[in-house]
Amino acid sequence: METAEKTLEEILTLAAAHFKVAREKLSPDEDFFKALGIDSLQTLDLLTKLENHFRVELPDYELQGVTDFRTLATKIQSRL
Amino acid sequence: MSLHREPCNELGSQSLVELEKFVSALDDLQEDAHSLIVYSTLKCGFCAGADLRELYQRSQAMDQAKAAEGVRDFLERIHSVLNRIDAAPLTTIAAVHGVTFGGGFELALACDLIIADKMARFCFPELRLGLIPGFGGIPRLKRDLGNAIVRDLLLTGRSINATKAQQIGLVSQVVSEGEALRAAQATAAQIGKFDRQTALTAKHFIKPVPVDELRQEIELFCALFSRPAVQAGLKKFVESTDAQPYLP
Repeated sequence: METAEKTLEEILTLAAAHFKVAREKLSPDEDFFKALGIDSLQTLDLLTKLENHFRVELPDYELQGVTDFRTLATKIQSRL
Repeated sequence: MSLHREPCNELGSQSLVELEKFVSALDDLQEDAHSLIVYSTLKCGFCAGADLRELYQRSQAMDQAKAAEGVRDFLERIHSVLNRIDAAPLTTIAAVHGVTFGGGFELALACDLIIADKMARFCFPELRLGLIPGFGGIPRLKRDLGNAIVRDLLLTGRSINATKAQQIGLVSQVVSEGEALRAAQATAAQIGKFDRQTALTAKHFIKPVPVDELRQEIELFCALFSRPAVQAGLKKFVESTDAQPYLP
């Protein structure tokens, strides 16, 4: 079972790689829409990447209002 | 058939005319072809669904009765197109990636097979507008899947990825990113080895067009469309800057 911190780190690494942003520029409590500069279609891409990576199902409505990486990690952790 | 209308192959009046032109040639194509692959050349995905901006702008520019009449005409025509793809004398394959939402999902469902790259996402977001899917989505989804997942997709408006879509029997093959068209071509090549008459007999036996339910869907959609809540939903969507505008 992955720890919450490991999940968070994996999200940050994955997001940085997919959206071509330097990993060190992303921090756990940052607004990922702003940090990654993503629109609604890219948000879906991120969701799919995360589901595929962690092999979980993340209903969109559970992520509504989630804007920072740490909360996102908590949501994913609850489905691992 | 390649879809290539920016921003994400929204199905509006211009796309409809082009689709009508395409399907009118389907019967003649069976002399020379065995398969039809429907795919998108755009990075964003297969198709984001109906052109809601056009629908909103047009319905604002005319009185309610006229707008309802226009919507019914559009639905009759798009149903005719999708019914012809559904029953086409060819094996039809939707090769999808990225956004496959609403009307785009319905276009894929009209095909015999759906091959998805692993970044594809499927969704019926219509309820957020106060509508139901109007391009044959529910009858065709019901034809292919169990009621539990049909209700889940319809009533929550959530999106699912390609892996989930394969698990529930919606997608027949999931391939790597960017590989859906190649996989569809390989599948079509295999399909082409069989006798056409036999393949068509099998297709029509196993995949009847749900004509009565499709008609019922048009009536239900039109009844819902005339409510003020729909205009409010369309306005909200068109003006939305949300990250998940397909959710209420």
